[in-house]
Amino acid sequence: MTAYTATVTVRLKRGVLDPEAETTQQALERLGFELSDLRSADRFEVDLEAADADEAADRADEMAERLLANPTIHDYEVAVTER
Amino acid sequence: MTVAVVQFGGSNCDRDAVRALEHVGVDAERVWHEDGLPADADGIVLPGGFSYGDYLRAGAMAARAPVMAEVREAAAGGVPVVGVCNGAQIGSESGLTPGAFTTNASARFQCEPVHLRVERADTPWTAAYDEGDVIEVPIAHGEGRFEIDEAAHADLVAEGRVLFRYCDADGNVTDAANPNGSTDNVAGVLGERETVAVLMPHPERATLPDLGRSTDGAGILRAFA
Repeated sequence: MTAYTATVTVRLKRGVLDPEAETTQQALERLGFELSDLRSADRFEVDLEAADADEAADRADEMAERLLANPTIHDYEVAVTER
Repeated sequence: MTVAVVQFGGSNCDRDAVRALEHVGVDAERVWHEDGLPADADGIVLPGGFSYGDYLRAGAMAARAPVMAEVREAAAGGVPVVGVCNGAQIGSESGLTPGAFTTNASARFQCEPVHLRVERADTPWTAAYDEGDVIEVPIAHGEGRFEIDEAAHADLVAEGRVLFRYCDADGNVTDAANPNGSTDNVAGVLGERETVAVLMPHPERATLPDLGRSTDGAGILRAFA
């Protein structure tokens, strides 16, 4: 078994309104920053032991499917690194 | 008929639900989620609140609690189930109903009376009304914007599973009457069976006559009578 960190990034699908991101963008603009757009995402770093990177990714993928993301509104991606 | 009002850590409308159900003549009891559903539960309410502090997403944690497997099984077997507010979020997170409830377009928590148009009157939840009736029921949520992808929304409409839409006092479904940016002004939807429903507004807060301006929500709770 090898120690991995699976990083799961969950973000809203393109086209789904993100009022928190809009509010954050407005606050940045009030501070004088110039920006065209702002998107936010949730990142989960999952430490786990697995036989190989594929297995670690599969398990993180299932975590995203079953809890970390809501498929109605979210896309997600998984990246695995050895720890 | 004993209705189980399932209480999670952070539920806070469970007592109100029991009180309102008793007011319409329905025997109801609060059930702690870890104790499981009572064998004699022939109705289920998922009450409002902030279960698990809305961690991850509103309703996400409670939806994965073991009791929800029992709730889904009961729902599939025809037991009437309604999710209100956080209960609606739990219901959609657990797959009882389609779509998702997420951050209000305003990015604010909104606590205010709203008008709802009854879109179906031939369900247990709306038998007290006529189709097109306008009822006044309060909302109190930060994450009540109904989101659903286009194809699933088309199916929802085609299958007649939109139960309530936000509207103005005259029943017009308009952007101005949409408090949270919900797709198609949807405030409440049916599950695969019409005995399963979720809605963001709080019928239990518009049932007791001494509580305020409307008792229009009582008809929804009478589904259990």
